[in-house]
Amino acid sequence: MLRLILALGAVLLGMAGAGAQTLPPILNDAMPASLTGAPGDVARGRAIVANRQVGLCLLCHSGPFPEERFQGDLAPDLNGAADRYSQGQLRLRIVDPSRINAQTIMPAYYKTEGLNRVLGPFAGKTILNAEQVEDVVAFLMSLRGEKTP
Amino acid sequence: MMRLRALVMATLAVPALAGEIPLAERRSDTLTMSSELRAMQADDAANPASFSVLDGEALWRVRAGASGKSCADCHGDGAQSMRGVAARYPAFDSASGRVLDLEAKINQCRTERQGSAALPMESRDLLGLATYVGRQSRGLPIVSDDPRLAPAIDRGRALFTARQGQLNLSCAICHDDHWGRKLGAATVPQAHPTAYPLYRLEWQSVGSLQRRLRNCMVGMRAEPYPMGSDEFIAIETYLMSRGRGLAMETPGVRP
Ligand code: HEC
Ligand code: HEC
Repeated sequence: MLRLILALGAVLLGMAGAGAQTLPPILNDAMPASLTGAPGDVARGRAIVANRQVGLCLLCHSGPFPEERFQGDLAPDLNGAADRYSQGQLRLRIVDPSRINAQTIMPAYYKTEGLNRVLGPFAGKTILNAEQVEDVVAFLMSLRGEKTP
Repeated sequence: MMRLRALVMATLAVPALAGEIPLAERRSDTLTMSSELRAMQADDAANPASFSVLDGEALWRVRAGASGKSCADCHGDGAQSMRGVAARYPAFDSASGRVLDLEAKINQCRTERQGSAALPMESRDLLGLATYVGRQSRGLPIVSDDPRLAPAIDRGRALFTARQGQLNLSCAICHDDHWGRKLGAATVPQAHPTAYPLYRLEWQSVGSLQRRLRNCMVGMRAEPYPMGSDEFIAIETYLMSRGRGLAMETPGVRP
């Protein structure tokens, strides 16, 4: 039943295009339910995280990407993310990290409210769509126990 | 319990916002570049922006407009009369009651004194004149002590610290709180205006400080202010105040 409601929600979200108004519930510091009602894809998630125009993650973070020469150091290493957080905690940290730390510099990837002067082509749009967020979460859940030296 | 852990983690991961860089730690962004680029900037014969200085020097002597006068007819030898000028711009203009940056001042001289047309922002001629005038301040410290600039400085500081764009970042997050860190391949500079206009390898051309600000705003996915706007001039005025005392380096070179 829950699954059906979530799936319906995802269809509605899809119709709304960019909108991220109807989010799954937040419990403590986690968003346990998938935005799409379906699990994400690890390989697609990895590609999104590595892409500097799509995920932008490596501008700030480093991670297990030996092929990517220039990785940022404004933020913690993504290695071992799944050791530190549950799937729901990781999802909320992508959807809207300001829910956990109001001062965070990490962008909210699935939120459109509260932003100023958004550049034309991006106005009213989330940085990633629901499916992409789930792909990124699936990829982060694959990052276990290999902290880079 | 979960909540407490999250709170502790968050506090550990994020140092309190640092605020303005202490005066003693402010230093030129030229210093974070490779030694090759620093050498290129320091050597007029290797610095690609030298062509722009030469363009400006030639234009300085060209008679134009309804007055039939050149810049030199009013100001004489730029190497003398323009010494130190760029180090105290943007400046308060009593006639218009506005704060003008160097490019705006040059265009004011053209339209109101020379009787010629304003030069478009980022045009070769305007960059040439600004680079030529800027070159006459090389090595001199930035001066920002006119109390009439206070409103522009305050406005610039507010714009500098405001979150904006789809990425919801502020200038201060990068340039006050994370300078020296790696943003992908780039080292985040302190963002001092000392070297502008400058030659940027990525642009394959000389560009103004406003062009740089525009680039940073587009990077934040924020709608840039219009070129020549009071907002950009306020940010420039704030940056000069923030960089006061640092030596001018125009024309610089950047990656
Ligand atoms: C502009 C900088 C920035 C970008 C871009 C960014 N992050 Fe972050 N991220 C941070 C910072 C800083 C933290 C530390 C916690 C905080 O401040 O909220 C963080 C925390 C995290 C955490 C928790 C890590 C831990 O060990 O505590 C995860 C997971 C994460 N980010 C994943 C991502 C992913 C995936 C992307 C891209 C889709 C991304 N981030 C993009 C700055 C960024
Ligand atoms: C996400 C990080 C980030 C944000 C936000 C940002 N910048 Fe920058 N800025 C950079 C980086 C990185 C460079 C250097 C690029 C290079 O030279 O490779 C830079 C360069 C500059 C420079 C040139 C410094 C020099 O010596 O060449 C100035 C000035 C500047 N930024 C001002 C601003 C202002 C004003 C804002 C806000 C409107 C802003 N920046 C927002 C990252 C940022």
